[in-house]
Amino acid sequence: MSSTVIRAEGLGKQYRVGEREGYLALRDILMRALRSPLKVFRPAQSELMWALRDVSLQVEHGEVIGIIGRNGSGKTTLLKILSRITRPTTGSAEVYGSVRTLLEVGTGFHPELTGRENMYLSGAILGMSRREIERKFDTIVAFSGVERFIDTPLKHYSTGMQMRLAFAVAAHLEPDILLVDEVLAVGDLEFQKKCLGKMEEVSGSGRTILFVSHQMNQIRRLCKRVLWLEGGEIYKSGPTAAVLGEYESALTTPNGNAVRRARQVNAKARFVRWRIVEPASKQENVVAVSGSITVQFSLEVYTSVQRGHHGIALFDNDGQLLWGRAAENLDLPIGVTELAYSFPMMPLRPGVYTWRVTLYDENGLVDRWDGVPEMIIATENYQHSRDEWCGILNVPSRLDVRQSDSHRVNRP
Amino acid sequence: MTEKSEDMPQVATVDSAPSVGASLPASAPPLQQPFYRIAPPEGFLDLNLREVWDYKGLLYFLVWRDIKIRYKQTAIGAAWAIIQPFMTMVVFSLFFGKLARMPSEGLPYPIFYYTALLPWTYFSGALQNATNTIVENQRVVTKVYFPRVILPLSAVLSGLLDLGISFLMFIVLMLYYRIHFAWTILLLPSFLLLAVATALGVGLWLSALNAIYRDVRYVMPFLLQLWMFASPVAYPSSLVPERWRWLFGLNPMTGVIEGFRWALTGHGKPPGGLLLASMGIAAVIFCAGLVYFQKMETTIADVV
Repeated sequence: MSSTVIRAEGLGKQYRVGEREGYLALRDILMRALRSPLKVFRPAQSELMWALRDVSLQVEHGEVIGIIGRNGSGKTTLLKILSRITRPTTGSAEVYGSVRTLLEVGTGFHPELTGRENMYLSGAILGMSRREIERKFDTIVAFSGVERFIDTPLKHYSTGMQMRLAFAVAAHLEPDILLVDEVLAVGDLEFQKKCLGKMEEVSGSGRTILFVSHQMNQIRRLCKRVLWLEGGEIYKSGPTAAVLGEYESALTTPNGNAVRRARQVNAKARFVRWRIVEPASKQENVVAVSGSITVQFSLEVYTSVQRGHHGIALFDNDGQLLWGRAAENLDLPIGVTELAYSFPMMPLRPGVYTWRVTLYDENGLVDRWDGVPEMIIATENYQHSRDEWCGILNVPSRLDVRQSDSHRVNRP
Repeated sequence: MTEKSEDMPQVATVDSAPSVGASLPASAPPLQQPFYRIAPPEGFLDLNLREVWDYKGLLYFLVWRDIKIRYKQTAIGAAWAIIQPFMTMVVFSLFFGKLARMPSEGLPYPIFYYTALLPWTYFSGALQNATNTIVENQRVVTKVYFPRVILPLSAVLSGLLDLGISFLMFIVLMLYYRIHFAWTILLLPSFLLLAVATALGVGLWLSALNAIYRDVRYVMPFLLQLWMFASPVAYPSSLVPERWRWLFGLNPMTGVIEGFRWALTGHGKPPGGLLLASMGIAAVIFCAGLVYFQKMETTIADVV
């Protein structure tokens, strides 16, 4: 018999714009008070923004639900509210069962502590008891594949190794309800597969999972039902195949994009789509073979832009900037502008990457977009097999070993 | 409920939000009680001490982490716990004792000062750690749920180990000066508890404030210095004129320090009225701190 484990009604979360970006200094408050003495106690409406709005949902025991949507559509906020990290501004929810949240891999890791110590710490922070960790210790270590370094301080680990260890701990949580945000996008593809397998195992054992991802293949594999958020509201919800189909076509047809991000109604222009146009393939965000590629960004211009300034950057999954470029003095007429970037190759190690594109005009920012879906590099790996020597580049290279004439060196 | 949401104030007192303890909706009643309910923050105090107890495992690991990290990259590790109060004691004995000839209730200056520096060093360290704890753990605070009060609590508790270590030095001093511990030492735990409660009470206030206004961090050294001179660390409270004594007692650390001196050496008068005042004030600070912290807790993850 199925029973409801999460029942949420009218959940909403309002942020003061900028509130999430940083703390206040008393100085800011004083400045605000000086500028407009009366407004201090009465924050202007325009400064508030709904990150989530009137979201109601009901989740049955054992369901695996995928949550999709662009960046900033409220996916993470929803998970944060359901896991009690932050309180809703409106609405209410009832949760029946123990909940663990994975918003990030390696929460609470400390570089000075050893792998073993971090396992206990991270486990405790994620909600495992000491006995539970002790019992699962060997399994977790085996899953992570870092046995040899388990008593080495974490600061000597490569990022990949830290991620493995962190995910290994997280994968062995046994809550009734698991809330997961995008964490499967870490590590190399092989480890991702392993994690996905683990998730399938977990969902098979009757646990309820809410799962945020940009990787549609993962959603397709794990979830029966999908929730599509747009501008903080539930735009569509239903069986995976139907909702995903619609979502993907909305992402890939510039004009079929009926949904607008709520706070951008008055935008002069906005980026609506990106895809790999060369080499052409069915999956327009996946680089499957190394070689030259062309990436194209579609920009819808609603009010013509003079002397525009366009920037582009590529980030890896840790937020590390890998490449950036800017173009100035662009005059953009009303309509759709395609910006195509060609590269002789995309020599990055397999993983998940994000394009960020911006457009400024004389008055400031017009649009900034973190491209959805992420770009996935799934090329052959030419790198060192040891994770810590793998680096960020993935470049084919040749080694020649031969005797040179200049071997007659003077011995000291 | 859907249409209204646009005009909602930030802190909502919405009729759609069931207050804690409201009965479950009649439709499709679930078999068991919910693990928890989520609702907008409301004006009343909903302390959940049982929940804090449920998270005692996490508390243990956070204390353990604090201690581990504190000593991990220091060359002489735990010795710092002794050196800090010891050097201060030497300086105080020289300047306030030998030069200024401060009265010391018949105790050798090193004993007189060390008995005060034991609780004071603990208190100032614990308060500083507690103040910074939310900010230092902001990654965790914004990614995982647990009762936030665990953080300042662990900061205050982890300082107790240092106190224990510096107490060993005190035993050496007592042996050196051939002073016997009096029976009053049995009352030491109660003074220690008062120190912990004060540090936690003030720490609750400051950690939440620090999460919102980073200015707090810059005020701390100044505040602690002022506070030390407002406490009988460098002088006995008998130096304070009788009619101002009650005001002096409003500082809970007065009761703690006088209590430590009396309990450890048996010298001086038991801090009767002074102690009661200190305990009363500490209780007020502690409870108000809990209420304030609890109120801030709901938004800390958004602003930190």
